Amino acid sequence: MLVIREAEYEVLRRHGEETYPFECCGVLVGRFTGGDRHVEDVVRCGNTRADRPQDRYHIDPKELIGVQRLAAGKGLDIVGFYHSHPDHPARWSQTDLAEAHWLGCSYVITAVTEGVAQDTNAFVLMGETEDNKRLENEVIRVSSRVEDRTVCR
Amino acid sequence: MSLKVSIPTPLRRYTDGAGLIEVSGESVALALESLTEQFPPLKQHLYNEEGRLRSFVNVYVNDDDIRYLQKTETAVKPGDIISIVPSIAGGQ
Repeated sequence: MLVIREAEYEVLRRHGEETYPFECCGVLVGRFTGGDRHVEDVVRCGNTRADRPQDRYHIDPKELIGVQRLAAGKGLDIVGFYHSHPDHPARWSQTDLAEAHWLGCSYVITAVTEGVAQDTNAFVLMGETEDNKRLENEVIRVSSRVEDRTVCR
Repeated sequence: MSLKVSIPTPLRRYTDGAGLIEVSGESVALALESLTEQFPPLKQHLYNEEGRLRSFVNVYVNDDDIRYLQKTETAVKPGDIISIVPSIAGGQ
Protein backbone atom coordinates (compact mmCIF):
# COMPACT_ATOMS: atom_id res chain seq x y z
CA MET A 1 0.00 0.00 0.00
CA LEU A 2 1.07 3.56 -0.72
CA VAL A 3 0.08 5.98 2.03
CA ILE A 4 0.10 9.67 1.14
CA ARG A 5 -1.45 12.81 2.61
CA GLU A 6 -4.03 14.61 0.52
CA ALA A 7 -1.85 17.72 0.13
CA GLU A 8 1.07 15.71 -1.29
CA TYR A 9 -1.28 13.66 -3.44
CA GLU A 10 -2.62 16.87 -4.96
CA VAL A 11 0.92 18.15 -5.58
CA LEU A 12 1.74 15.25 -7.89
CA ARG A 13 -1.63 15.47 -9.66
CA ARG A 14 -1.35 19.24 -10.19
CA HIS A 15 2.18 18.76 -11.53
CA GLY A 16 0.77 16.68 -14.39
CA GLU A 17 -1.73 19.41 -15.20
CA GLU A 18 0.95 22.10 -15.20
CA THR A 19 3.23 20.28 -17.62
CA TYR A 20 0.39 19.13 -19.92
CA PRO A 21 0.64 18.21 -22.80
CA PHE A 22 4.02 16.96 -21.64
CA GLU A 23 4.81 14.33 -19.04
CA CYS A 24 5.77 15.45 -15.56
CA CYS A 25 7.91 13.40 -13.17
CA GLY A 26 9.13 13.44 -9.61
CA VAL A 27 10.21 11.51 -6.56
CA LEU A 28 8.29 10.23 -3.53
CA VAL A 29 10.30 10.52 -0.33
CA GLY A 30 9.26 8.79 2.86
CA ARG A 31 9.53 5.58 4.83
CA PHE A 32 9.16 1.87 4.25
CA THR A 33 6.92 0.55 7.01
CA GLY A 34 6.22 -3.16 6.91
CA GLY A 35 5.20 -3.79 3.33
CA ASP A 36 3.91 -0.24 2.83
CA ARG A 37 5.42 2.94 1.51
CA HIS A 38 4.56 6.09 3.45
CA VAL A 39 5.13 9.33 1.54
CA GLU A 40 6.31 12.35 3.49
CA ASP A 41 7.43 14.61 0.64
CA VAL A 42 6.71 14.86 -3.07
CA VAL A 43 9.70 16.29 -4.93
CA ARG A 44 9.00 17.67 -8.40
CA CYS A 45 11.74 17.00 -10.94
CA GLY A 46 12.42 18.14 -14.47
CA ASN A 47 11.77 15.91 -17.47
CA THR A 48 15.00 15.71 -19.46
CA ARG A 49 13.35 14.01 -22.48
CA ALA A 50 13.24 17.17 -24.56
CA ASP A 51 13.08 15.05 -27.73
CA ARG A 52 9.62 13.62 -26.95
CA PRO A 53 8.30 14.97 -23.64
CA GLN A 54 4.70 14.24 -24.68
CA ASP A 55 5.15 10.49 -24.10
CA ARG A 56 8.50 9.93 -22.35
CA TYR A 57 10.14 11.05 -19.13
CA HIS A 58 13.58 10.79 -17.60
CA ILE A 59 14.93 12.26 -14.39
CA ASP A 60 18.50 13.55 -14.38
CA PRO A 61 20.47 11.20 -12.06
CA LYS A 62 22.22 14.25 -10.62
CA GLU A 63 18.86 15.64 -9.55
CA LEU A 64 18.11 12.26 -8.01
CA ILE A 65 21.35 12.32 -6.03
CA GLY A 66 20.30 15.71 -4.65
CA VAL A 67 16.92 14.31 -3.61
CA GLN A 68 18.60 11.30 -2.03
CA ARG A 69 20.88 13.56 0.02
CA LEU A 70 17.99 15.70 1.20
CA ALA A 71 15.99 12.62 2.12
CA ALA A 72 18.89 11.04 4.02
CA GLY A 73 19.34 14.32 5.92
CA LYS A 74 15.79 13.93 7.22
CA GLY A 75 16.19 10.24 7.95
CA LEU A 76 13.97 9.38 4.94
CA ASP A 77 14.35 7.23 1.82
CA ILE A 78 13.26 7.39 -1.78
CA VAL A 79 10.16 5.18 -1.75
CA GLY A 80 8.86 5.79 -5.26
CA PHE A 81 8.39 7.96 -8.31
CA TYR A 82 5.53 9.53 -10.22
CA HIS A 83 4.83 10.68 -13.74
CA SER A 84 1.87 11.64 -15.91
CA HIS A 85 0.33 10.20 -19.05
CA PRO A 86 -1.06 13.09 -21.12
CA ASP A 87 -4.24 11.98 -22.92
CA HIS A 88 -3.49 8.36 -22.06
CA PRO A 89 -4.78 5.99 -19.34
CA ALA A 90 -3.15 5.77 -15.92
CA ARG A 91 -1.77 2.31 -16.50
CA TRP A 92 1.82 1.25 -16.90
CA SER A 93 3.23 0.72 -20.38
CA GLN A 94 5.88 -1.69 -21.60
CA THR A 95 8.24 1.29 -21.64
CA ASP A 96 7.43 1.96 -17.98
CA LEU A 97 8.25 -1.63 -17.05
CA ALA A 98 11.39 -1.84 -19.16
CA GLU A 99 12.72 1.40 -17.66
CA ALA A 100 11.75 0.59 -14.05
CA HIS A 101 14.75 -0.52 -11.98
CA TRP A 102 13.94 0.47 -8.40
CA LEU A 103 12.68 -2.84 -7.04
CA GLY A 104 10.38 -2.45 -4.05
CA CYS A 105 9.49 1.14 -4.94
CA SER A 106 6.16 2.61 -6.06
CA TYR A 107 5.52 3.97 -9.52
CA VAL A 108 2.55 6.36 -9.58
CA ILE A 109 0.88 7.38 -12.83
CA THR A 110 -1.72 10.12 -13.34
CA ALA A 111 -3.77 10.32 -16.52
CA VAL A 112 -4.21 13.91 -17.66
CA THR A 113 -6.92 14.57 -20.25
CA GLU A 114 -7.06 17.95 -21.95
CA GLY A 115 -5.09 19.44 -19.08
CA VAL A 116 -7.18 17.99 -16.24
CA ALA A 117 -5.92 15.21 -13.95
CA GLN A 118 -8.10 12.11 -14.09
CA ASP A 119 -7.24 8.75 -12.52
CA THR A 120 -4.12 8.27 -10.44
CA ASN A 121 -2.91 4.70 -10.02
CA ALA A 122 0.05 3.19 -8.20
CA PHE A 123 2.11 0.13 -9.02
CA VAL A 124 4.90 -1.44 -7.04
CA LEU A 125 7.93 -2.93 -8.78
CA MET A 126 8.18 -6.49 -7.51
CA GLY A 127 10.71 -9.23 -8.14
CA GLU A 128 14.34 -9.88 -7.32
CA THR A 129 16.12 -9.24 -10.61
CA GLU A 130 15.72 -7.53 -13.98
CA ASP A 131 14.63 -10.89 -15.39
CA ASN A 132 11.64 -11.43 -13.13
CA LYS A 133 10.61 -7.87 -12.27
CA ARG A 134 6.96 -6.92 -12.64
CA LEU A 135 4.66 -4.02 -11.83
CA GLU A 136 1.77 -4.96 -9.53
CA ASN A 137 -1.29 -2.89 -8.66
CA GLU A 138 -0.91 -1.02 -5.39
CA VAL A 139 -3.67 0.53 -3.29
CA ILE A 140 -3.25 4.24 -2.64
CA ARG A 141 -4.47 5.41 0.75
CA VAL A 142 -4.95 9.17 0.75
CA SER A 143 -5.20 10.61 4.23
CA SER A 144 -6.49 14.00 5.24
CA ARG A 145 -4.45 15.49 8.04
CA VAL A 146 -7.25 17.84 9.12
CA GLU A 147 -10.03 15.30 9.35
CA ASP A 148 -7.74 12.36 10.14
CA ARG A 149 -9.65 10.21 7.72
CA THR A 150 -8.47 7.94 4.99
CA VAL A 151 -9.87 7.15 1.61
CA CYS A 152 -8.69 4.18 -0.38
CA ARG A 153 -8.50 4.69 -4.14
CA MET B 1 38.10 10.43 5.97
CA SER B 2 37.09 7.35 4.09
CA LEU B 3 35.86 6.52 0.62
CA LYS B 4 32.17 5.61 0.60
CA VAL B 5 29.57 4.26 -1.77
CA SER B 6 25.99 5.48 -1.56
CA ILE B 7 23.56 2.59 -2.08
CA PRO B 8 20.13 3.28 -3.60
CA THR B 9 16.98 2.05 -1.87
CA PRO B 10 16.41 -1.11 -3.97
CA LEU B 11 19.93 -2.43 -3.42
CA ARG B 12 19.98 -1.97 0.35
CA ARG B 13 18.40 -5.37 0.79
CA TYR B 14 21.84 -6.69 -0.19
CA THR B 15 23.78 -4.43 2.20
CA ASP B 16 21.92 -5.32 5.38
CA GLY B 17 19.95 -2.11 4.99
CA ALA B 18 22.98 0.19 4.96
CA GLY B 19 22.83 3.22 2.68
CA LEU B 20 26.49 4.17 2.90
CA ILE B 21 29.28 1.61 2.68
CA GLU B 22 32.96 2.24 3.36
CA VAL B 23 35.20 0.86 0.61
CA SER B 24 38.84 0.92 -0.49
CA GLY B 25 40.46 1.47 -3.88
CA GLU B 26 42.07 4.14 -6.01
CA SER B 27 39.58 3.93 -8.87
CA VAL B 28 35.83 3.50 -9.27
CA ALA B 29 36.41 -0.04 -10.56
CA LEU B 30 38.47 -1.00 -7.49
CA ALA B 31 36.04 0.70 -5.12
CA LEU B 32 33.10 -1.19 -6.61
CA GLU B 33 35.13 -4.40 -6.43
CA SER B 34 35.68 -3.70 -2.75
CA LEU B 35 31.93 -3.18 -2.41
CA THR B 36 30.95 -6.43 -4.13
CA GLU B 37 33.55 -8.37 -2.14
CA GLN B 38 31.77 -7.22 1.01
CA PHE B 39 28.33 -7.89 -0.47
CA PRO B 40 28.65 -10.49 -3.27
CA PRO B 41 24.91 -10.57 -4.21
CA LEU B 42 25.22 -6.95 -5.33
CA LYS B 43 27.39 -7.97 -8.26
CA GLN B 44 24.62 -9.34 -10.48
CA HIS B 45 22.63 -6.13 -10.00
CA LEU B 46 25.50 -3.86 -11.02
CA TYR B 47 27.15 -5.85 -13.81
CA ASN B 48 25.88 -7.73 -16.85
CA GLU B 49 27.09 -11.15 -18.01
CA GLU B 50 30.05 -9.53 -19.79
CA GLY B 51 31.17 -7.93 -16.57
CA ARG B 52 30.24 -4.41 -17.67
CA LEU B 53 28.15 -2.01 -15.61
CA ARG B 54 24.51 -2.44 -16.58
CA SER B 55 23.34 0.31 -18.93
CA PHE B 56 20.76 1.68 -16.48
CA VAL B 57 23.24 1.93 -13.61
CA ASN B 58 24.58 5.46 -13.35
CA VAL B 59 27.69 5.99 -11.26
CA TYR B 60 28.69 9.39 -9.95
CA VAL B 61 31.78 10.48 -8.07
CA ASN B 62 30.53 13.29 -5.87
CA ASP B 63 28.57 15.34 -8.46
CA ASP B 64 30.20 14.01 -11.62
CA ASP B 65 28.98 11.28 -13.95
CA ILE B 66 31.88 8.87 -14.57
CA ARG B 67 30.77 8.54 -18.22
CA TYR B 68 32.18 12.05 -18.71
CA LEU B 69 35.32 11.33 -16.72
CA GLN B 70 37.42 8.19 -17.18
CA LYS B 71 34.47 5.82 -16.71
CA THR B 72 35.30 3.06 -14.22
CA GLU B 73 38.98 4.05 -14.33
CA THR B 74 38.09 7.41 -12.77
CA ALA B 75 40.37 8.06 -9.80
CA VAL B 76 38.87 8.34 -6.33
CA LYS B 77 40.30 9.35 -2.98
CA PRO B 78 39.32 9.28 0.69
CA GLY B 79 36.46 11.69 1.30
CA ASP B 80 34.82 11.04 -2.06
CA ILE B 81 31.35 9.59 -2.27
CA ILE B 82 30.52 7.26 -5.13
CA SER B 83 26.77 7.20 -5.84
CA ILE B 84 25.04 4.31 -7.57
CA VAL B 85 21.86 5.63 -9.20
CA PRO B 86 19.61 3.33 -11.24
CA SER B 87 17.91 5.40 -13.94
CA ILE B 88 14.37 6.72 -13.63
CA ALA B 89 12.55 6.83 -16.94
CA GLY B 90 9.51 5.60 -18.80
CA GLY B 91 6.47 6.88 -20.59
CA GLN B 92 3.20 5.87 -22.17
